[in-house]
Amino acid sequence: MAEKVLMKGNEAIAEAAIIAGCRHYFGYPITPQTEIAAYMAKRMPKIGGTFLQAESEIAAINMVYGVSAAGKRVMTSSSSPGISLKSEGISYLAGADLPSVVVNCQRGGPGLGGIQPSQSDYFQATRGGGHGDYHMIVLAPASVQEMAQLTIRGFELADEYRMTSMILADGTIGQMMEPVSFDFEIKEAPEKPWATTGTQMKREHNVVNSLYLVPDVLEAKNFERYEKYAMICEKEALAEEYMLEDAEIVVAAFGIAARVAKNAVNAARAEGIKAGLIRPITLWPFPEKTFKKALGTAKQFISVELSMGQMIEDVRLATGCAVPVTLCKRAGGMIPSPEQVYNSIREAAGKAGE
Amino acid sequence: MTRELLFAGFGGQGLLFSGKVIAYKGLIEDKNVSWLPSYGPEMRGGTANCSVILSDDPVGAPIISNPDVLVAMNLPSLDKYEPMVKPGGSIFVDSSLIERKVTRDDVNVYYVPATKLAGDNGVPTLANMILVGKLLQVFGEYDEELVKKALGKCISARHADLLDLNLKCMEIGRDYE
Repeated sequence: MAEKVLMKGNEAIAEAAIIAGCRHYFGYPITPQTEIAAYMAKRMPKIGGTFLQAESEIAAINMVYGVSAAGKRVMTSSSSPGISLKSEGISYLAGADLPSVVVNCQRGGPGLGGIQPSQSDYFQATRGGGHGDYHMIVLAPASVQEMAQLTIRGFELADEYRMTSMILADGTIGQMMEPVSFDFEIKEAPEKPWATTGTQMKREHNVVNSLYLVPDVLEAKNFERYEKYAMICEKEALAEEYMLEDAEIVVAAFGIAARVAKNAVNAARAEGIKAGLIRPITLWPFPEKTFKKALGTAKQFISVELSMGQMIEDVRLATGCAVPVTLCKRAGGMIPSPEQVYNSIREAAGKAGE
Repeated sequence: MTRELLFAGFGGQGLLFSGKVIAYKGLIEDKNVSWLPSYGPEMRGGTANCSVILSDDPVGAPIISNPDVLVAMNLPSLDKYEPMVKPGGSIFVDSSLIERKVTRDDVNVYYVPATKLAGDNGVPTLANMILVGKLLQVFGEYDEELVKKALGKCISARHADLLDLNLKCMEIGRDYE
């Protein structure tokens, strides 16, 4: 096994992208993700890659479109307000069925908001973000090791399904250092016969485009894309299950919130409360089956979020509101404490105030 | 066992670096570790802190509400974090920068005039490492080989001369009574 090094989550994303074969990165600085750009600026020139600080987020995402159309692995990264700017380009990428990896190291919003960690871009990420009918594959790392691992997975999924993978991180996981090992088996990028690499006078022109003016043709494109999405929902949903076998109070949390929640679940278990945790690793597709399975023992779900309550809607949809679903939240850059989550669990277990 | 350490003071005093050395030492000893810096407005306003967790178990939340150990290098940090230290925990105070005493009587307190000692030894910017040396000595964890290895991970080969200075300061801290 490769030696473990201490690295910031943001740096781990950048290194993992390079390991995955990404040689083109376009970005624009914004706290708390700037270490990704800084790392790329240092490393890319040494390995024959391209680092470019664009004039804006919008320019960067359109450069991503260009490289992706030419068949190469490419990444951009930003934080919440910057992702809003990129959303137009992400929609175009979806409309042209182009693979890409986009990192959102979230901060508090709306507007310019703050620079502290948040999960309030959940709706934006899981519903697509830009205009039109489309989805991104949304991966939610909860450790520095997963920042690396899911970035590599993100490139694989993007190429396999010809769509954007978003790494939905937050300021805490981006800024913290933990041991990480880069001992990964890398799958070669698949052939991309659709890429605009020059015909060499040997084939017809490839056209990469998102403009379809004839409505029934555009409809057919959308239908086709949604068949692909249905297959992804079937095959790629992923969640960590923690102490779920007999769990009556099931906490749902992703990313940094899941780490806080795990402390609280442990404390509740120590007190004899049957608590468990579902940590969605893919936010889209949402791991509905895991939630349905948990309904076997669950009497209540608690969605723990660094937002005013966004994932809670998917928890309700996945469980068909068969049992109550409540919210434990902080917003604006604040993080719930393990005590706050623990108290929510106690309340759900009918032990509040005891 | 889990130990949660909070390093707090002004930006520029090397608190993030101190935390990194402790975290790397933990990693070399095969512990689970996390290191989380402040990067918010408080950092820009002058105070900086970082949270380090060392544990035999996987680290849950990297955020520390009640540290076992506080290293305080300015008064605002001691004022803010003294009440949060766990009963029975330890506070390391740079007594050349903080005039007041710790008011709690349920914690172990170590006063080290680190900034003065660093200045006297011609390395005024390395007071942080004097406190780290003292901290490791107090916990009986000052292992010279490990300390050297951890410093080696935190200081690039280009700056090897700084490694010796850091080591010297850690020894000053270790030997301070």
